[in-house]
Amino acid sequence: MYLYDSYDQAMVDARVAEFRDQARRRLEGKLTEDQFKPLRLQNGLYLQLHAYMLRVAVPYGTLNSAQMHMLADIADKYDRGYGHFTTRQNIQYNWIKLEEAGDLLADLASVEMHAIQTSGNCIRNISSDHFAGAAADELVDPRPYAELLRQWSSFHPEFLHLPRKFKIAVIASDTDRAAMRLHDIGIQIVKNDAGEVGCAFYVGGGMGRTPMVAPLIKDFVPLDQLITYSEACLRVYNRYGRRDNKYKARIKILVHELGKDEYARQVEEEFAHLQSQGIEPPLAELARIATFFADPAFESGLSTELDRSNPDFALWADRNTHPHKQAGYISAVISLKPVGGIPGDASAEQMHTIADLAKEYSFDEMRVMHTQNIVLPHVKIADLHTLWAKLEAAGLGTPNLDTIEDIIACPGLDYCSLANARSIPVAQKIATRFAEKGRTAELGELKLKISGCINACGHHHAGHIGILGVDKKGTENYQLLLGGSEAQDTSLAKITGPGFDEDGIVDAVEKATDVYLAQRQQGERFLDTYRRIGMDPFKEALYG
Amino acid sequence: MKVLTGNDLKTGLVVWWNGQEWSRHVDDAVDAGDEANVILAREESARRVNAAYAIDATREADGSIRPAHIKDRVRALGPTVRPDLTMKPAEPEALNWVI
Repeated sequence: MYLYDSYDQAMVDARVAEFRDQARRRLEGKLTEDQFKPLRLQNGLYLQLHAYMLRVAVPYGTLNSAQMHMLADIADKYDRGYGHFTTRQNIQYNWIKLEEAGDLLADLASVEMHAIQTSGNCIRNISSDHFAGAAADELVDPRPYAELLRQWSSFHPEFLHLPRKFKIAVIASDTDRAAMRLHDIGIQIVKNDAGEVGCAFYVGGGMGRTPMVAPLIKDFVPLDQLITYSEACLRVYNRYGRRDNKYKARIKILVHELGKDEYARQVEEEFAHLQSQGIEPPLAELARIATFFADPAFESGLSTELDRSNPDFALWADRNTHPHKQAGYISAVISLKPVGGIPGDASAEQMHTIADLAKEYSFDEMRVMHTQNIVLPHVKIADLHTLWAKLEAAGLGTPNLDTIEDIIACPGLDYCSLANARSIPVAQKIATRFAEKGRTAELGELKLKISGCINACGHHHAGHIGILGVDKKGTENYQLLLGGSEAQDTSLAKITGPGFDEDGIVDAVEKATDVYLAQRQQGERFLDTYRRIGMDPFKEALYG
Repeated sequence: MKVLTGNDLKTGLVVWWNGQEWSRHVDDAVDAGDEANVILAREESARRVNAAYAIDATREADGSIRPAHIKDRVRALGPTVRPDLTMKPAEPEALNWVI
């Protein structure tokens, strides 16, 4: 994984010192909250319902064990013994004290981490495929490109005050595991007909109050023009994106209003201009970055056999692993969705355990998934049973990846000042309902996502089943949506009709799954059945 | 009644105006009446509280204070999904008060 050079470390250290001074001045009354708020937000420090919340950047979700141990130590030292892994592959702490935030950032910097650009109208953490560098189906490892974009976008003076926040994802497989087309810019590393590697650009996607699937703007940008083309995309947005109305300020609105062809034309014009400006880093820099992502020392000739005699282990191995590019290895997913638990939360003790297991079994690497789970990317198949046994002993062996128990849920009204309704209790009730009835396996792949407000941090637009919490005359109400996907078949879910109360939404989800089970054809997932039969049978069951 | 709430500047923790200072307990809150804006401005400038605002609330028969909106009830008690981290960790039934 990428290691800081002296410039990276100096920049992060300087930012820590700068923030210490800003926080000191705020506490001494030399800065008002209006003056201080944009400064703290640039360092990921929000004021939420119960306290300050700090969002820590995890670039493209990649962590080593020293970093995970530090995240655990921070949970113990500065928070209340836990952290929350987010849908942007980051981690958030909910109970931070302003007077300690500088010390916290210094501890983060000691393991090459920070909270810079995790808030505000700037380019946020670059996200990527959580199986990057390990997946059997990837063209190349997308992380060197994500890292190059991270370096370009960090402290980029032109893009620190965009009309609105800006999110970029990079993938290198035809299977989309990063919701690529629901980002402001989605980049897929592809090969053209001549066999050259380059980038396809999808621009103008997003969730929030106006969900849109990003259209393809350019099907091939050579690797030595990646930054220049990205800069052109941002420049057109920065120049013409609306600043008069925050609800219409995202790039998706600009692309939609201009039309993708006109937006692409303007980008081409800017791109032609920028090509004469020499802003592209030399390919040698990309090659230098790529050396940090070289494969670990995989062994060859390893066994690919799995002893499936233990049914509990076999179930976990079937659900929570992913094929690896290297024979004899596999990627293992640690579910942070125990039935009845809080999706994405991990205690300090669990984080230490995961870090130790990554060190022992996965070449010291972990990935945070946007689905709020953790990947150990490079596990020997021969070690898988031992790993599982240790996870089980630590309460981390829940076998529910991509099932109805593996729910994405935002913090909701239990923590978030923007939320209208609680998300976590609904997730807990749904997972518990289906687990207790033993229906999880029968339903197969079913991606359920819950947001506590229209901002859609819980990706409800992209759920096979989505739930949106709203405020209905001072009480929590939940709308049900069906038919979304954030995979390569990206689609936006549609609302079924009037909403439900907290218990009613759990019943409604069960009724929707009843329709699926009654109507599915051989091999169909919930999403496939919905797409074939449409909304009406579900509406009839829910409201008929 | 009009109750004043905000977050402690140093710790970020939720606080309630009790007439003299900021308390962690919603039941200590007093009716700020017409003085709400004056108190808020004075306390913000004195750096004793952050992001303070006035809310509607009712005083219950037992003397306790119930904020009108669920968001402020969650703020008053703590996250409903972590009873151990609420203001009343030994009273799990307190969660019903939020809803």
